[in-house]
Amino acid sequence: MASLKLKLSAAALIGSLLIGVSPALAEAVLHRGNAGEPQTLDQAHTSINIEEFILKDLYEGLTIYDAAGKIVPGAAETWDLSDDGIVYTFKLRADAKWSDGSPVTAEDFAFSFRRVEDPKTAAEYANILFPIKNAEKVNKGELPVDQLGVKAVDEKTLEITLERPTPFFLELLAHQTALPVSKASVEKNSADFVKPGVMVSNGAFRLTAHVPNDSLTVEKNTHYWDAANVKLDKVIFYPIDDQAASVRRFEAKEMDLVYNFSADQIDRLRKSYGDQVHVSPTLATYYYAFDTRQEPYSDVRVRRALSMAVDRDFLANEIYSGSQVPAYSMVPPGIESYGEPSKADFADTSQLDREDKAIELMKEAGYGEGGKPLNIEIRYNTNPNHERVATAVADMWKNTFGAKVSLVNLDVSSHYAYLQEGGKFNVARAGWVADYADAENFLALSVSTNKTFNYGHFENAEYDALMKKSYEEQDPAARSKVLHEAEALLMKEQPIAPLLTQADLWLVSERVKGWQDNSPNQHLSRFLSVAE
Amino acid sequence: MIAFILRRLASAVPTLFIVVTISFFLMRFAPGGPFNLERPLPPATMENLMRTYHLDQPLWRQYMTYLGNAVTGDFGPSYIYHDNNVAQLIGKGLPYSMELGFYALLLAVIGGVIAGTVAALKQNSLIDFAVMSVSTIGVTVPNFVVGPVLTLIFAIMLSWLPAGGWGDGSFRFLILPIIALALPQLAVFARLTRGSMIEALNTDHIRTAKAYGLPVRSVVITHAMRGALLPVVSYLAPCAAALLTGSAVVETIFTIPGVGRYFVLGAINRDYTLVMGTVILVAIFVIVFNLVVDILYGLLDPRVRHD
Repeated sequence: MASLKLKLSAAALIGSLLIGVSPALAEAVLHRGNAGEPQTLDQAHTSINIEEFILKDLYEGLTIYDAAGKIVPGAAETWDLSDDGIVYTFKLRADAKWSDGSPVTAEDFAFSFRRVEDPKTAAEYANILFPIKNAEKVNKGELPVDQLGVKAVDEKTLEITLERPTPFFLELLAHQTALPVSKASVEKNSADFVKPGVMVSNGAFRLTAHVPNDSLTVEKNTHYWDAANVKLDKVIFYPIDDQAASVRRFEAKEMDLVYNFSADQIDRLRKSYGDQVHVSPTLATYYYAFDTRQEPYSDVRVRRALSMAVDRDFLANEIYSGSQVPAYSMVPPGIESYGEPSKADFADTSQLDREDKAIELMKEAGYGEGGKPLNIEIRYNTNPNHERVATAVADMWKNTFGAKVSLVNLDVSSHYAYLQEGGKFNVARAGWVADYADAENFLALSVSTNKTFNYGHFENAEYDALMKKSYEEQDPAARSKVLHEAEALLMKEQPIAPLLTQADLWLVSERVKGWQDNSPNQHLSRFLSVAE
Repeated sequence: MIAFILRRLASAVPTLFIVVTISFFLMRFAPGGPFNLERPLPPATMENLMRTYHLDQPLWRQYMTYLGNAVTGDFGPSYIYHDNNVAQLIGKGLPYSMELGFYALLLAVIGGVIAGTVAALKQNSLIDFAVMSVSTIGVTVPNFVVGPVLTLIFAIMLSWLPAGGWGDGSFRFLILPIIALALPQLAVFARLTRGSMIEALNTDHIRTAKAYGLPVRSVVITHAMRGALLPVVSYLAPCAAALLTGSAVVETIFTIPGVGRYFVLGAINRDYTLVMGTVILVAIFVIVFNLVVDILYGLLDPRVRHD
């Protein structure tokens, strides 16, 4: 007994030594799990949202998303749009400064946009700014960079001329590619301008340290125009791509925020952490594309039948534990300028009725039991969840139509390389995450001239015409109506079967204040604070 | 001896060359490329990128360029991690991996040899049985199970140790990853030592030494150990190379900023230059440690001399 006691007290002693004495922290630090190592901190090369979270804390674009995910003025205080919808004039904030104290100028923005479109920069997301006059030609090397439609009228006035009216241009400006760089810093430091100690930024925070795969530290930028309202002194981003490891570090109270965790953990985490578990539907659609170039998928009846036979509730609840929502439209709900999307006509009927109708349609088309044999190959990128979805869908098609379904999976690069290069397939899994909160971003994927993203090579003149009309329409309400018509047509034709609206999964510690779930998934640390 | 070392180092050059050549071409058989993302890039952007990184040139020319640059120590840019080149990525990560690997190696060798020797001396006893059972578990239970279980107990339930990260680099951040990394190797060393120690204890010269009445301790440590360590030493080379260049699994579980994860990330992302960098790194470590082991062999085994 005595020895047991001794052991226990020794263990307690070791334990307390290991924990060490943590000093009472005077400064407010947010420990932010960030789901992966950023590939770059260069606005011209960024392409993923874990970079976006960091970059938008460091830099401020002309427009930004507020805590609720709405577009509000950022570095620009006000703006005017010419009557023809072509020329935007932005007035920058008089007190907008870089972290070195120098003023943010219109020329900085003009320089940044030229840099993104310069073919020598090879920016991954150059197309985000293609609505700017001559941008696409500049990016293809057909015009010199100085022909880009951006002009610094004076130190604080920026004039942007567009190729054609672009109703969602203010959303585009809130994209991380449209964040400014300091012209002086980039010219002086070239590629090194992204390094800690060198980087000059105009956002609420500045970069102070970066150890790849370990942590990235930003501290409050005292020169920021709204610094008085920034409550955090420091944000540490942890680039952890292993979801289980992130959750463990949250449970050990080492991190306040975790972005993305395995859906099968939702129930367990809800039991332990209650409303610290956030499931927030996002602007992302999980869909299956049909190769409309070949039989039988060229037949709209076959496509509709296959789509109807998929029990989306099962996918959402059984496979994703409610972390995804059944989808019947290509455009996810939650886009302010669009409102309720146009759903497929079978959205409101019960699954049993859908299946009866599907069998009928398939018979009409002459496939399945009693008709031509139905052999379907589902392609998807390797991932346990995608595999479960494909297996379930295969089972549904087998039971409903007596189809023979086989599954093929490739890693992400190979899967998308195959589809992009126009490879033939039967049914292929794809996903789309919005670049900007506008329905056009989803509907443009199925335009016949979109050779890269229109995997199934859907060609429909009426659809193309409606989309064209939407680009020309100036009035927001009328434009929204045209886009709804286009989506209704798309859902009638079902060249793609939307299956799920994805959700962003966050663990938000009760220490964190100011958090609001929003569908554009925008969470600037500037709007957050931590309780003592 | 010096001539031997120089000869071995010279022979490493063609070995490295062959490794580089085979990996360079093998890698390109994998479909897709570094810029085929889940979100496909528009063709014009793709063209700009391919041009910037010279991926639009014929493969043989890319190969010649790579070789030429590699000789001068330039291992190219990373296609995925734009802000760093391959040499910087590996240079930043390697110290973490090596520190962790060094402690794990130390723990594995010392712990394994002691456990194996004790088991051999008490052959078929309860201790022997215990050591062998534990080492069987060590070999068979993968560290992606051991790691999370350790964190669950010591970080989440007891809150004694951090659940991951490198933190300020203090030792308490290293304890759990070292254990997870060392355990399987420790088990291997224990089994190797036990086997060869039993064999050594049954040799004629040990029996003679015992018959002379030498104390058991000196018989075991000075006479038996020398022979028994030979298989342990030969396993040391691949083990050290593997531990010091980082483990993708352990680094991922404990979120350690080492180079281990670059093996996997490089391959998945088709980051060709990063893959080449890690291949060269491992090749160099294997070559160097094989050399070290051969020298050790000369010291331990009088039949092997590098004159």
